[in-house]
Amino acid sequence: MHSESKFEVIRTLVAILIALLLAFIIILFVSQEPITAFLKLITGPFSSLRHFGNIIETAIPLIFTGLSISVMFQANQFNLAAEGAFFIGGVVATIAAIHFNLPPVIHPLVAIVLGAVAGGIVCLISALLKVKWNASELVSSLMLNYIFFLLGIYIINYFLRDPNAGAMVSYQFKDNAMLSRLIPRTRIHTGLFIAALCIVLMYLFLYRTKWGYALRMTGLNQSFAEYSGINTVKVIIYSQLLGGITAGIGGATEILGMYNRFQWQALPQYGFDGVIVAIIARNNPVFIPIAAFFLAYLRIGADIMSRYTDVQNEMVAVIQAVMIMLIAAQGFLAKYRHKMIVKGAKQHGKLS
Amino acid sequence: MGNLASIIFTAEFGYAILRVTTPILFAAMAALISDRAGVINIGLEGIMLMGALTGVIGSAFSGSLWIGLISAILGGVLMAMLLAYFSLYLKTDIILGGVALNLMSSGGTIFILYLVAHDKGISSSLKSGVFPQVDIPLIKDIPVVGEIFSGHNILTYIAFLSVLVIYIFLYKTPLGLRIRAVGENKDAAASVGINVRRIQFLALVLSGVLAGFGGAYMSMGYVSWFSRNMTAGRGFIALAAEAMGRGTPLGTMLTSLLFGFADALSNSLQSLRVPAEFVQMIPYIATILGLVVYSNQQKPKKVKGEMEESV
Repeated sequence: MHSESKFEVIRTLVAILIALLLAFIIILFVSQEPITAFLKLITGPFSSLRHFGNIIETAIPLIFTGLSISVMFQANQFNLAAEGAFFIGGVVATIAAIHFNLPPVIHPLVAIVLGAVAGGIVCLISALLKVKWNASELVSSLMLNYIFFLLGIYIINYFLRDPNAGAMVSYQFKDNAMLSRLIPRTRIHTGLFIAALCIVLMYLFLYRTKWGYALRMTGLNQSFAEYSGINTVKVIIYSQLLGGITAGIGGATEILGMYNRFQWQALPQYGFDGVIVAIIARNNPVFIPIAAFFLAYLRIGADIMSRYTDVQNEMVAVIQAVMIMLIAAQGFLAKYRHKMIVKGAKQHGKLS
Repeated sequence: MGNLASIIFTAEFGYAILRVTTPILFAAMAALISDRAGVINIGLEGIMLMGALTGVIGSAFSGSLWIGLISAILGGVLMAMLLAYFSLYLKTDIILGGVALNLMSSGGTIFILYLVAHDKGISSSLKSGVFPQVDIPLIKDIPVVGEIFSGHNILTYIAFLSVLVIYIFLYKTPLGLRIRAVGENKDAAASVGINVRRIQFLALVLSGVLAGFGGAYMSMGYVSWFSRNMTAGRGFIALAAEAMGRGTPLGTMLTSLLFGFADALSNSLQSLRVPAEFVQMIPYIATILGLVVYSNQQKPKKVKGEMEESV
């Protein structure tokens, strides 16, 4: 077991290395100044406190959606509505941030709880469609993303839009509603603590509770779980509900921490980024912050690269895809894995 | 409601249904062929998007429409091969592989678009060709019927023709039989000497060809340019259409038309006093309803855990 997990770490690192190598090759082809561009990509994020702050800011929403996707994937539920749940969480938090009058601390908390409820509902729909009518949660969740995006835009456009602002944005949030900044000269906000709390709670839930155990068993082998008396229908529902809630918290936290008005014009894609984070972290909450930090680092590096050189930041999309495919590839480095297991077994044999 | 009827019961509306069904139908046929070989192609959305872009680029740089079409197909096939290589040879979960492909495509197309056209939104600086519209002799002179069925883009006719071709391919050729055998029972197929992996690889490549056609239609027929994420979920809708059509070519064509109807409705209703957001929701809501109705009919005794059985 130990050598298996060591192998997983090695495989993840090799996959990342290959993806970065590919990045370098692409840059070599498209850029007039490949070395500068690559250096900006790799070292740019650490070049100043502001840039480092950018990594943390970007990592916060990724932690939430990464947790959201990983809890659903652990139950073997391919629900991708985290995207819509994140968005609607932001919309509902916006309503609360504009219309409520509450004291500081309480105000954002209420807004985030409401966002969590809204996000939970989004993912719950897919779960209910599945247990009631056996409709694939994958397809229904993809459709829900479009539906809730349009619903959110409708709410902002017809009820919360500030006609005096030039663009399609909401009224300003009440001052009390916004999450406060932690470190001067960066936009790192108190949402970081909420993210940390979610990681701990999710870990405890998955690995220290009966429900979490049932969830993981269902994910490993649903028939086996059923035969051993686990109510898998219940697992299907609460795993997706929990995923939606986490994504909703993420959307609400992001909106209240980073903006003073609602201004998303398209789906922010954090839900799909959550898939990348969950895969890098192998669906384990403990590794989610590391994976989110790494992905955020890559994004910020790419932004800096595109600002200073002639390479566009969308290149990251290609690197990410290769990372997902390689990390998720059972056959990647399979021979090496086999060797490691045989070696481990032999050593074990000698000892006993 | 009278207003609604006056929109639906017109020849233009019938024409619009066929027009907007075309990309969904291509993608649904692509979904069908890979599904029948037992591989689910979630990456259709991304494959189609890439095809739409490579088509425009090929056509703009060669000045030839047909090279544009070939480029679109090649773009689709290359993406499909990438998915096939990872899922069949490196054993990447095909759902995750498909998700990765879509992510790659939505960012990658913008990256390539900027390299070629120095724009991150739309390819208007590239002068690409547009597939011609074709009048069908005799039929075009029949009132109403002619207005609905004649004068479509040539790719629209190819899309509907592909339904027949795929039917013949799947049910009347040895290769089609092998594909169905692999999809039906992989182990049984392997036991009679069929190379399962090769058949599935081939099915994914064919699925890339069809999605490439769909992409070509999007950027060189439906409109005459490429714009970011222009496929707008059609690849996903096609998956639902294929599932509802129970994996048969004719059934899938009918369900594609159903979603085409919803899509056309949402285009036509833009003129009514309904918030645009709700009108735009129609195709997506219709897809969920369709999925529920379909799945409910074949409700198994218990809820299945694996995706493969419920998609």
